[in-house]
Amino acid sequence: MKTIKTDVAVIGGGPAGLAAALEAKKLGANALILERDFELGGILQQCIHDGFGLLKFGRRMSGCQYAQYYIDAIEKEGVAVLTDTMVLEITPQKKIYAVNSADGLVCVEAGAVILGMGCRERTRAQVFILGTRPAGVYTAGQVQRIINMEGYLPGKRAVILGSGDIGLIMARRMTLEGIGVAGVYEVMPAPGGLTRNIVQCLEDYDIPLHLNHTVVQVHGRKRVEGVTVARVDENRKPVPGTEKRIDCDLLVLSVGLIPENELSRVIDIKIDPVTRGPAVDADMMTSLPGIFAAGNAVSVFDLVDYVSDTGERAARGAIRYIRHGASAGDYLPVTAGENVLFVVPQKVRAGDEAVDLYLRVKRPLRNAAVTVRADNDTLRRDRHAVVNPPEMVHVRLERIMNGSAGLRIDVSGEEAL
Amino acid sequence: MTEKTYTCIVCPKSCRVVLIDDGDKRSVTGNGCKRGEAYALNEYENPMRMVTTTVRVTGGEPGLLPVISRGEVPKARLMACMAELYAAAACAPVKQGDVVVGNILGLGVDIIASRDIKKRTQKEETV
Repeated sequence: MKTIKTDVAVIGGGPAGLAAALEAKKLGANALILERDFELGGILQQCIHDGFGLLKFGRRMSGCQYAQYYIDAIEKEGVAVLTDTMVLEITPQKKIYAVNSADGLVCVEAGAVILGMGCRERTRAQVFILGTRPAGVYTAGQVQRIINMEGYLPGKRAVILGSGDIGLIMARRMTLEGIGVAGVYEVMPAPGGLTRNIVQCLEDYDIPLHLNHTVVQVHGRKRVEGVTVARVDENRKPVPGTEKRIDCDLLVLSVGLIPENELSRVIDIKIDPVTRGPAVDADMMTSLPGIFAAGNAVSVFDLVDYVSDTGERAARGAIRYIRHGASAGDYLPVTAGENVLFVVPQKVRAGDEAVDLYLRVKRPLRNAAVTVRADNDTLRRDRHAVVNPPEMVHVRLERIMNGSAGLRIDVSGEEAL
Repeated sequence: MTEKTYTCIVCPKSCRVVLIDDGDKRSVTGNGCKRGEAYALNEYENPMRMVTTTVRVTGGEPGLLPVISRGEVPKARLMACMAELYAAAACAPVKQGDVVVGNILGLGVDIIASRDIKKRTQKEETV
């Protein structure tokens, strides 16, 4: 078996892994990216639409352009890359077993590991759509790949279930490519995606958005022939008598994303039940010393810019770990308070500097205050005109002081709905 | 008289902005700030959009080249741009930023490659 030694091994060559490997290399460490696809870039390569990079580059780039910037830099800096390489297992001793067709089985011995596996889409089985199992039921990301990278149209007339951003982006994309989009059906009373996507992907093309609706049945035996939609009550149960059949040959699911952590679970890395990714500290280190995680493998971010930031942060943490060992000092919990669904990182240490907190709110509020408290002291209070569940809130803390029992974050304001 | 309602997307507040055109002048209400007024007037008078799509590419992997407009084009010409790009093709190798269709439809906007596509090597050809 071929053995490779490296300072930092990065699993996944998407935006988190690219930023992590680049930062590690810039700081003087050897970095190796393990990527299962034939090229780097991850899901950005199928994101041909614009809107990426506003925070990091100050302009609107396509996902591909954003990826290209990092790929060029990775090449220029001489970061080692293994593509077409599938990681099979990682160990708490920071060994990685992977396989590819050129080397066979490969063992990577790393000083630190950064997990950048991204996330996966929820599928039909996870939203309990009953009925026959015909061809023509796809996740939105799958449709994106088929149209934008493989050059096929997967159907002629589509119904979209769920109003997540990828579903909205694909509503526009399918329309531009000549697939009729009958409508977007969302089980919740509010859209799952960003307002600008509702406006520019649906309203621009007169695609109706039906809130409080879901798909209750898929018709067709070999191929989708239609779906039945129905209104739902406040408990998300379909209301009898409101069913309506829509003819279509494509059902596109945009019903949420889940961090991918099959590798993490095998070695019992502690997973936060809310984010469904590893619970991390301010360096993005998981519960296993020397194993870090970044980007959507940790929690699903709304902006790729934040994903890259967490990759860079994980790389800095990884290098500090390699050079100085694990930091001393007890962890202080970071608690999600009122109207806060989760906060990343889940724990900090006294003395941590320039800590970025990312949080999601449970419900939309206007004139909101995002308050960070340590014990009874208010460390920081940020005003936001609006907070929305689809949009992540970012808070920067300059320093975590000594003697605190932990942080708590609350978001208060006027009800927006 | 024309009345149009827009959801402003300049910031996350998402104001519902109403524009009334009585023939002589245009008035905007419901906007939380100046930018909302500009947004509504723009959307009413000359809405602009970015163009992003793919064109065929030969001799490389993948076989589609994502492209993006260097600036915005009038929304009303978006489908015409799509048709023009549907007929376009590129040849690997391609570099990000290469002009794929210059000055599309005379609108003064270049359509450029959104990523690199390397030339397929001899070895891969035979696989």
